[in-house]
Amino acid sequence: MSDLVKLTIEGREVEAPRGTTILEAAKLAGVLIPHYCYHPSLRIAGVCRMCLVEIEGWPKLAASCATTVVPGQVVHVSSKQAKAARQGVLEFLLINHPLDCPICDQAGECELQDYVFQEGRSGTRYGAYAKRFNPVEDFGPDVLYVPNRCILCTRCVRFMDHVAEESVLNVSDRGDRAHIGIDAGRTLDHAWSGNVVDLCPVGSLISKDFLHKARVWDLDRTASVCSGCTQGCNVVLETRDNAVLRVRPRPNAEVNRHFICDYGRFNYDWLNRADRIEAPLVRENGRVVPVDWDRAIERTVDVLRSAKAPWVGLVSPGASCEALEAAAKLLALGGGAGAFRVAEGEEAPLPGVPDLALRKERAPNVHGAVAAGFSRDWDRAVADARDAGLVFVLGEDLAGTQALPPGVPLIYVGTVLPESARDAAVVLPCANMAEEEGSFVNLRGLRQAYCQAKTPPGMARPAGWVLEEVLAALGAEAGVAA
Amino acid sequence: MGYPHPSHPRETVLVSRYFGDAAARPYDGWVKRGGYQALEHSLGIGREKVIEEVKLSGVRGRGGAGFPAGVKWDFMPRERTRPHYLVCNADEGEPGTFKDREILRWTPHAVIEGCAIAAYAVQAEHIYIYIRGEFTEPLRVMRQAVDEAYAKGVLGDNAMGRGIRIDVTIHRGAGSYICGEETALMNSIEGKRGNPRIRPPFPAAAGLWGCPTTINNVETMAAVPHIILKGGAWYKGLALSSPKSTGTKLFSVCGNIARPGNYEVTMGFPLHDLLFDLAGGMPPGRRLKAVQPGGCSVPFITAEEAAETLLDYEGCLAKGTQLGSGGMIVYDDSADIVHQVMRLARFYAHESCAQCTQCREGTAWTTKILQRILHGEGRMEDLDLLVDLGDQMTGTTICVLSDSCAVAVGSAIAKFRPDFEAYVRSGRAVAAV
Repeated sequence: MSDLVKLTIEGREVEAPRGTTILEAAKLAGVLIPHYCYHPSLRIAGVCRMCLVEIEGWPKLAASCATTVVPGQVVHVSSKQAKAARQGVLEFLLINHPLDCPICDQAGECELQDYVFQEGRSGTRYGAYAKRFNPVEDFGPDVLYVPNRCILCTRCVRFMDHVAEESVLNVSDRGDRAHIGIDAGRTLDHAWSGNVVDLCPVGSLISKDFLHKARVWDLDRTASVCSGCTQGCNVVLETRDNAVLRVRPRPNAEVNRHFICDYGRFNYDWLNRADRIEAPLVRENGRVVPVDWDRAIERTVDVLRSAKAPWVGLVSPGASCEALEAAAKLLALGGGAGAFRVAEGEEAPLPGVPDLALRKERAPNVHGAVAAGFSRDWDRAVADARDAGLVFVLGEDLAGTQALPPGVPLIYVGTVLPESARDAAVVLPCANMAEEEGSFVNLRGLRQAYCQAKTPPGMARPAGWVLEEVLAALGAEAGVAA
Repeated sequence: MGYPHPSHPRETVLVSRYFGDAAARPYDGWVKRGGYQALEHSLGIGREKVIEEVKLSGVRGRGGAGFPAGVKWDFMPRERTRPHYLVCNADEGEPGTFKDREILRWTPHAVIEGCAIAAYAVQAEHIYIYIRGEFTEPLRVMRQAVDEAYAKGVLGDNAMGRGIRIDVTIHRGAGSYICGEETALMNSIEGKRGNPRIRPPFPAAAGLWGCPTTINNVETMAAVPHIILKGGAWYKGLALSSPKSTGTKLFSVCGNIARPGNYEVTMGFPLHDLLFDLAGGMPPGRRLKAVQPGGCSVPFITAEEAAETLLDYEGCLAKGTQLGSGGMIVYDDSADIVHQVMRLARFYAHESCAQCTQCREGTAWTTKILQRILHGEGRMEDLDLLVDLGDQMTGTTICVLSDSCAVAVGSAIAKFRPDFEAYVRSGRAVAAV
């Protein structure tokens, strides 16, 4: 255990690997040392001077983000001296910081607000001086820079320099005139640049997409997985009034560290679609009739029992593992198999993080679909559908596919009803990924669960649940077609 | 000194010996005056012996921090797995200091020789001389001297005909005070913004381009040839007071003084004698009020304290100030200390690199308060506020720029509080006596 260092932080004994900073070691001891410029996924800057701590035997306070642990060290975070230093930093940060919290998007999740509330001075000694003023700047497609709120922690600059490796941001000018600058003629349009908004500890870099949309304390937060590509970045879906309003990264050291790409960040409108199927639909006497789930499952079983083999499945790689596995089981009963297709886009890596990229394949569960036994040969499956005894569609919008053969019974499980599925024998409405619990397998074979963030519309249910119900009903009536 | 006044008999002229002697500037003239013998000698005695001599001499960094130069060289790794660099800090920007400028102007080859010896000792093949952007004449002189040194075979792939490579690059600064801080200077050479770096790692471990680097001030470099030729023990003997402060030191005396200029005296020389004997004392009819003996970044001392101060590192510390860079700013009783302090604070606020919160905001805030006091709108609480801000700005940042601002303001308030109070009360300076 020679590579573990034992020290005392705030009276608590803690063991940390050699080379750990005091700030990180304190986290292990359950102590949060207030900080602004430090971020575990960025290089150390040591400039905000907020994380100063007292170390016994040291002549000066030490920046805990830039000081590594030494055996036997005794660290005080809330000693009089350390607290006074933090109070000083907060006072310095506030002298030029506008008190516009009521109109600031960051309010409620602002680290300046939090720490000032926690241990700042109650009044100002700055007096009647006018605060520094600079106009808001448009940095790029989604990012606005409000220089007045900036505390110059340089997280955004370091992210662009060392993580995105596209140095467009800088610290311009010196002294109290300093501000974040952007290279002339450039915009913040890197595929991962939206992360600077999350990294900004105050309301200085803000998202146009989220601008004045909600007060953050009104948002509900749900752990989820990004549905944008096969990377499987961990995200938080932030919802209010049953609508997803913002997607933010959820730290996962193995998948996406603290970042998500802009494509994933803004790929949430579809989760809020209003044109959803809200009730199961069955075709009776040439008419489409909404029915309850019992009747719908009964009817589905009827269709399946009377369908001859083989059955062909057209599934979406956006469906959960649970739904895809149930679908595979179902298709096997009909001696059939299925295929999926996946939309593609340009790969956009984040150079500073190994094995992190917006992947070419823009669906979350391509690898889950393959694992469940589905093939990538979409065209072949569509061709096979012509001679099939039954076509089963899961979550596929069928856009651009040639019309399904008339006369072959179609079971459609999905969130919205495309034109080409209007003739389906049964339409089973299902929840989208924000409305269900499930899991996706990412491109490295990691199966990750996501939670339900909002309620599905009407009678829509998770596809996995629907298919398990169908399977159960089929099992109850033994002797299905085979 | 030699320029603009002839040397005073009480000076110990070592590095300033040829100030004013234009014939010492070119290579031939320099060699005629004994130049490059020390380099020749160093290459003969070997690296370790050079470091040993410099350590023995006890010469301390003349840029202000006073770190023993030999110890610094000794920190350099002995095995060269990566390139080593030697940097000469000629970014003399401290208000009140102008000693390096004269060394560069009059004896450029002394600097090159000292650098070459140091480079040889620390196994550096490349020397960077970082010259302050405003130093146009020293830059021209140094460029000429470096070209000459290359032409004469002192520098280059076969330096001094010994088969070792010593290259010199002169890097011109762009006018930033903070680039005189050693790690900011390295960032500047690397083409980055001149922000001081967090230490550790120290330059000897990771300096220029992350490689082991030694950085010394111009005056230190210019002293090295003397140490090598006459021996570390001889140099160590040059001490009038503390044995920890050895050799000679150039003092740039300026401000309210009869004969401003550079004076080179042995360490431990009485401050009073320097001012009143060598530099001619106060202007007629004036009395000494205050001195900053080491540039604008060290605490003020009063006339009474100055009368007893001995000019070495320990002597200055004993009087609550520092030897610093030796830029001696003299204030007589006509000086408006409040205004002077505001000017200093404004300088620091302008030059703050903006990295650390306390410095970025604190220097500017301090300036505003001092301006308010000067405008007759100050309050008595402002003085305590200034001291409190100073406490926040001391020992809390990456480099010592904010400490320097705080120390100038804090010591002025501590020692000349009536001057500040007069402004607060009447909106006017205290009447000169």
